[in-house]
Amino acid sequence: MQAHQRMLDPTPNGLHSDESPLLQAIGLTKHYGDFLANDSIDIDIWPKQIHALLGENGAGKSTLVKAIYGLIQPSAGEIRWQGTPIVLSGPSEARSRGIGMVFQHFSLFDNLNVAENVALGLDRTESFKDMSARLEQVSKTYGLPLDPRREVWQLSVGERQRIEIVRALMQDPKFLILDEPTAVLTPQEADQLFIVLERLKAEGRAILYISHKLAEVKRLCDTATILRGGKKVETCNPRLETAASLARMMVGSEIKEVKAAAADRKTTVPRLVVNDLSLTPSEAHGVRLEHISFELKGGEILGIAGVAGNGQDELFAALSGERLSQDPGTVVIEGIAAGHLSITQRRKLGAAFVPEERLGHGTVPRMKLSENALLTGHAASGMVHHGFIDTAATLETVDRATETFDVRKAKRDPEAASLSGGNLQKFIVGREILRNPAVLVVCQPTWGVDAGAAAVIRQALLDLATAGAAVLVTSQDLDELAEIADRIAVMFHGRLSAPLATSEATREKLGLLMGGSRLEPKEAAHAVGT
Amino acid sequence: MELIEAIILAVLAASTPLLIAATGELVTERSGVLNLGVEGMMIVGAACGFAGAWLTGSIFIGALFGIVAGMLMSLVFALMALGLAVNQVATGLALTILGIGLSGLIGAGFVGERIAPAVHLSIPGLTDIPLIGRVLFGEDAFVYFSLALIISVWWFLYRTRPGLILRACGDNHVSAHALGYPVLRIRTFAVMFGGACAGLAGAYLPLAYTPFFIPGMTAGRGWIALALVVFSSWRPGRLVVGAYLFGAVTILQLHAQGWGVGIPSQFMSALPYLATVIVLVLLSRARTGGSTAPAALGTVFVPDR
Repeated sequence: MQAHQRMLDPTPNGLHSDESPLLQAIGLTKHYGDFLANDSIDIDIWPKQIHALLGENGAGKSTLVKAIYGLIQPSAGEIRWQGTPIVLSGPSEARSRGIGMVFQHFSLFDNLNVAENVALGLDRTESFKDMSARLEQVSKTYGLPLDPRREVWQLSVGERQRIEIVRALMQDPKFLILDEPTAVLTPQEADQLFIVLERLKAEGRAILYISHKLAEVKRLCDTATILRGGKKVETCNPRLETAASLARMMVGSEIKEVKAAAADRKTTVPRLVVNDLSLTPSEAHGVRLEHISFELKGGEILGIAGVAGNGQDELFAALSGERLSQDPGTVVIEGIAAGHLSITQRRKLGAAFVPEERLGHGTVPRMKLSENALLTGHAASGMVHHGFIDTAATLETVDRATETFDVRKAKRDPEAASLSGGNLQKFIVGREILRNPAVLVVCQPTWGVDAGAAAVIRQALLDLATAGAAVLVTSQDLDELAEIADRIAVMFHGRLSAPLATSEATREKLGLLMGGSRLEPKEAAHAVGT
Repeated sequence: MELIEAIILAVLAASTPLLIAATGELVTERSGVLNLGVEGMMIVGAACGFAGAWLTGSIFIGALFGIVAGMLMSLVFALMALGLAVNQVATGLALTILGIGLSGLIGAGFVGERIAPAVHLSIPGLTDIPLIGRVLFGEDAFVYFSLALIISVWWFLYRTRPGLILRACGDNHVSAHALGYPVLRIRTFAVMFGGACAGLAGAYLPLAYTPFFIPGMTAGRGWIALALVVFSSWRPGRLVVGAYLFGAVTILQLHAQGWGVGIPSQFMSALPYLATVIVLVLLSRARTGGSTAPAALGTVFVPDR
C-alpha cells in the first residue's frame, strides 16, 4: 500500500510541486517481433534530481534509454520534453534538445585522438580549434583532466569515461543519461565521478543513472525507477529502501545471500605458488611484471585488487600459460614446476582459467556453447576420444552448466555471442568449475554482470574453495573481494603487494596501495604473517 | 639524358592507374568496407571508357563513361555487402569475376579498334626544358588529376569533419551509429567513390596508356592497388610512395632485362612486388603504435532499429 502511494506521487520528495517534469515517457512500448522489450513504461525526469534506473540485464533499461536518446523509435507511447510531445528523429536531435548520453560500452574510437572523439559527439560546426579550447575549459571546470592530443587506445578506462562525460557536458545538456558509469572504475575514480554528478545536479540538470550497484544508488540518487521483464515495477525513493528491498524489486524474488565459507576449511597444501616471477611485456604498451611471489593454499581465495592496466592481464597470461616463463620454477601448480608448460599442460595439472574478456578471450563469440566448452575441456575432461570429438559429452557440459548455474538462453546450444553478459559469464565460470579444478584463476568474475548472476558466481567460487580448490580472483570491485577473498593483495605497476587479511584490508589501505603508496613496514610484515 | 627522361615518363604512366584505383580503395577501406572487386570495376571501366571515347571521339567523355561504369559496379557491391549485409570478401571476389566477364561482353565489338590517345600538356618554353620539362609539364591530364586526387583525399580525411566521420565509421561502426551517424549511407558513398576511382583507373589504360582495348588489359592492376592500400597502412602519403615505387621497379626491370643483366627474368619480374613489400614494411615499422588497419574493416554492420 505504501509502495502504491509512492508510485502515484508525481513529485518525489515533494520537491518540484510547482514545476513540470523535464522529460516524461508515457506508456512507452517497444517490441522486437513478438518480444516486448518495453511494455508501457511511464517515467518522469525532474530537473535537479539524480534518477536511478534499476533492473537486471534484459529488464529493458537499455531499450528505454535508447528510445529517450532517439536511437530507436518506440512502437507506441510518447515522450514529452518540457511538456510538449516530441518524436526524436535520432541522437543528434536529442542532443540539440539538451539530452546527453554516456554509454556503458563507450562510444569511442580507439585510433582517433581525444579531441577528434569529442568533435564526433558534437553537432555544432565550430572550428576544431575553438572546440579544443572549449574542451580544455570544460575539462578544467569539472576537474576532469584530459590531454586532447592523445589517442584513445593509450588511455585507461577511467580516462576514457572522462572523454565520454566531457563530450556530453560540452553540449551543455539539461538532461544527462549515464549507463553504468561506475562498472569499470576504482572506488576513488567513482568518488570523483559522484562529485561531478552532484555538481551537475546542483547546476539544475537532470540525471538518469543506470547502475547495478545498489549502495551507490542509495548514496547518490533521489528517485529510483525499477524495471523487470520490460515493465515498470515501481518508482521509489532509494534512500528509504534497503539494498535488499531494491534487489528484491529488481529480481522479483529474494536474492540468495552469498554464504561465507567455513572458517576452518583451510588446508595446508600449497596448490599454486608463484616464485619471483618477472616478465617483460610482449606488447608495446604492456606492463612489466616485477618479482611477483605468493602462495595459495587449497581452500583459500586470494583476491588481487588494483586499477585495470597495472599488470593484471600480464599476470593472468603468465599463470595461464598464454605467456611462458624461462624459469619453470616461477609458477608451481600442484607441486609441479609449470612456468614452461602450455595452457593445455597446465589444465592437465588441474588448473582452470577464466579471463576477463568474455567474448573473444573466454569464448569464441560465433561458436556454439558446446564448441566453446570443448575449447577448454578437450585435454582433461573426456570430450575427445581417439582424436574425435564426443559431441554428446560437450553438449552434456553445456546442459550441466546451464542447470547448475542457471544460464538463461534461447535454445539448448546457441552461439556464445547471443547470450547476455551475465549469462555468458555464468556459463564460462560454470564450464571451468565443472571440471573440478585444483586451481582456478579468474579475472573480473562479475564485470558488467547483474546482481542475481553475480551472487551465483561468487557463491560458486566460495563453494569451490570450500571443496578444497585454490582460487585466485582478480577484481576491481573491492566489495566483491571483501565478500569472497581470505586475503587481498594489490597490483601496482607490475608489482604485487604483500597480501592483507581481508579483515584488515580496509578501503583506505587498499586505496593507498592501488595508488602506489607503500604501507608502513610493520603493518606489511604483520600482514604477511597472516 | 633522353633515356632517363623516357624512363621517368614511363614510370609515371605505369604508376598512375595504380595510384587512382588505390586512392579510391583507400577511402572505401577507411570507411570500414573491404571491396575486393577493384580489378572487376577497373576492367569494366576500361571497356566502357574505350567504348565512350570511340563512340564520341572524346577522351573526356570516355573517362566519364569509365567513372560511371565503375560506380555502377560498386553500387552492385554496396547493395549486396551493405544493403543485404552479405560477406564482403565473397561479394568483392564475385564482383571481380562479374567484371571480367562483363568487360569482355562490352568490349567485344571494340577489339582491334584504335583511338587517338589522351593529349599531353604542352606549354611552350616550360615543356621544352631538358630532362624535367616533359616530366613536369608534358603529362596527360590523368597524371595531374591523380596527384590532385590523392592530395584532396588526404585533406578530406585529415582536415575535414566529414573525413573524420568517415574514419570514425571505419574504426568503430557501433560507436558511430550510437552517436547518430548514418554508417551505411556514409559507407555507400565511400564504396561509390572507390568504384568511380577504379573505373577511371581502368579507363586510363585504353585512353592514355595504350590507345586500344584488349580483354583483360588491367592484368591484375586492381589486385596490386588493393595490396598497396594494405602495405601503405591506409595512409595517403605512403600510398603515393608505394604506387610510384611499384611503377618504377616495373619499368626499370624491363630496361634491365633489355640490357641483358644476368639475372633470371622471372626474378626480375617479381622484383616490383618484392621491392614494394620491403619498402612499405620498413615504412610501417616506424609507426608509433595503435592499430593501423581500420578496426571495423570488412565487418558486417546491421543497425538495430
